[in-house]
Amino acid sequence: MTNKNGRFGVHGGQYIPETLMNAVIELEKAYNHYKNDPEFNRELKELFDEYAGRPSRLYYAEKMTKDLGGAKIYLKREDLNHTGSHKINNVLGQALLAKKMGKTRLIAETGAGQHGVATATAAALMGMECVVFMGEEDTKRQALNVYRMRLLGAEVIPVTSGTATLKDAVSEAMREWTSRIDDTHYCLGSVMGPHPFPTIVRDFQSVISKEIKEQILAKEGRLPDVVMACVGGGSNAIGTFYNFIEDKDVKLIGCEAAGRGIDTFETAATINTGKLGIFHGMKSYFCQDEYGQIAPVYSISAGLDYPGIGPEHANLHDTGRAQYVPVTDDEAVNAFEYLSKTEGIIPAIESAHAVAHAMKIAPTMSKDEIIVITISGRGDKDCAAIARYRGEDIHE
Amino acid sequence: MSKIAEAFNNKKAFIPFVTCGDPDLETTKKILSELQKNGADLIELGIPFSDPTAEGPVIQGANIRALKNGITTDDIFKMVEEVRGEITVPMVFMTYANVIFSYGMDRFFEKCQKIGMDGVILPDVPFEEKEEFDEVAAKYGIDFISMVAPTSDDRIATIAAQAKGFIYIVSSLGVTGTRSTISTNVKELVEKIRKVTDVPCAVGFGISTPEQASRMAEISDGAIVGSAIVRIIAENGKDAPSHVGEFVKNMKSAYKAS
Repeated sequence: MTNKNGRFGVHGGQYIPETLMNAVIELEKAYNHYKNDPEFNRELKELFDEYAGRPSRLYYAEKMTKDLGGAKIYLKREDLNHTGSHKINNVLGQALLAKKMGKTRLIAETGAGQHGVATATAAALMGMECVVFMGEEDTKRQALNVYRMRLLGAEVIPVTSGTATLKDAVSEAMREWTSRIDDTHYCLGSVMGPHPFPTIVRDFQSVISKEIKEQILAKEGRLPDVVMACVGGGSNAIGTFYNFIEDKDVKLIGCEAAGRGIDTFETAATINTGKLGIFHGMKSYFCQDEYGQIAPVYSISAGLDYPGIGPEHANLHDTGRAQYVPVTDDEAVNAFEYLSKTEGIIPAIESAHAVAHAMKIAPTMSKDEIIVITISGRGDKDCAAIARYRGEDIHE
Repeated sequence: MSKIAEAFNNKKAFIPFVTCGDPDLETTKKILSELQKNGADLIELGIPFSDPTAEGPVIQGANIRALKNGITTDDIFKMVEEVRGEITVPMVFMTYANVIFSYGMDRFFEKCQKIGMDGVILPDVPFEEKEEFDEVAAKYGIDFISMVAPTSDDRIATIAAQAKGFIYIVSSLGVTGTRSTISTNVKELVEKIRKVTDVPCAVGFGISTPEQASRMAEISDGAIVGSAIVRIIAENGKDAPSHVGEFVKNMKSAYKAS
């Protein structure tokens, strides 16, 4: 899917300081070598199966299906992975690659803390040093995850620059990488940043759609009509879409965080409100003002609270292959509660954005149609914040 | 000879950097005047960006202050147009890809030509991505300045072969900001560049003292000083112009002494 210069249509590229160019070139060479190396793939599969608990379940949500009265709904349970989200898929791949490249130190950005926890976990497992950059605002909102990362042996650096959220954590991790390259790998958490990251992260996450395909064929004997996932940078969504891109009858839907609505400034719905730009190493769609200044974005979900989207998604939007829909805070919180009560599954507030859109479309579809929703993570981390959203004064 | 080349003609260039609109554009105008008066050979004008990923805390702070004041790219064009009669040394913009991309490539570089700018430095546009910008810039006579870093190694010859105006040598790993020592073998970088081109080389990142500046200029063709000047502006606000002038004067006299 990626062309020679790391482009997806007009999107992607390598807009980074010269200081980092040889580092990304070295990474690309190493990746191109190891992705076809049987020993690397054997080790990664063993980590996926024995450590992360793959394959994750494809669960038939019977009560939800009956309640909504339309399409048959399956949930891809990435929330059941070790560390509680899909982030571990990418991190195990990158950490193993970094180790093969002789790197001894991982750095990472994190928003809600899921990617930071996953990186700290992989670093602990593989005996590597780990430093996680996290917006100071987010360290306060997600204090438990900060403790978790420290418990796993990582150093957590609160980022105070800019808006002190996810985009600033990415900027700071990039700055750190320019100052220490020899022993350090930047373990980027989503399908974004300069080439080859969007391709590497997508490949490691594509295990999600590979499994969905096998599982749905075993259960239903046919492909689904719709596969859907939430989108911030877009790693669980691209993982969910990837092996269905060539199956033109399978509709791909990405659910963006609309925050308080796409007609307000308090939104993070990049495809629906952003325009083409260049930032964080890539050309893609970004929320920005008329002079190209990156806009402060907002969502109840710290994991979707990012002003850009991965370049492959931007291209899937341009070509019309995938559809990107906005979902508000309110709708996501309702879905968070709905899935908990209906199926006994507490989804991450990020994943609840996808559940919310499924609740809208499932009743409009016929009973012999099939929807697969990826539940990218578990919602324990969000309980206190959702309780507060509902006016209960609960703190972790 | 291009106007940028003139800055290096038979002399070592001293290249100061300021972020436009920090603390306000009137003060920036006065600073430009002081810079020229005290011997700046070429001036780098920063157009602020919300997320300057190549900058350390000092220049990040200047970007945030300028944007908080509501400074826009158009305001900066207007300011340059107003001072260009008085400021005769070459000037280059230093900003980020998205500032130019969102303004529209042709519209941006056409405006640069009209107000008398000579070049542009984009720290987030490496060799692989430069064509998109360079093609349009060249159409309007604006030099796209190439950067060489301590990690560039085998890339140096390729970069140098297409360089225009001057080559910006990044003295150290990491982001902009003052450093007590510069450990990179800058001389070796210069020698590698020299094998390919006679485009002048100026060294930036981490230079704050007259001794560092004159030493870097000695082994190359000039020194770029950013954070040290921006810090003086941050500390003195509207009173900064005379302090900046004094600082530049000291830097230049170190050049002459060496």
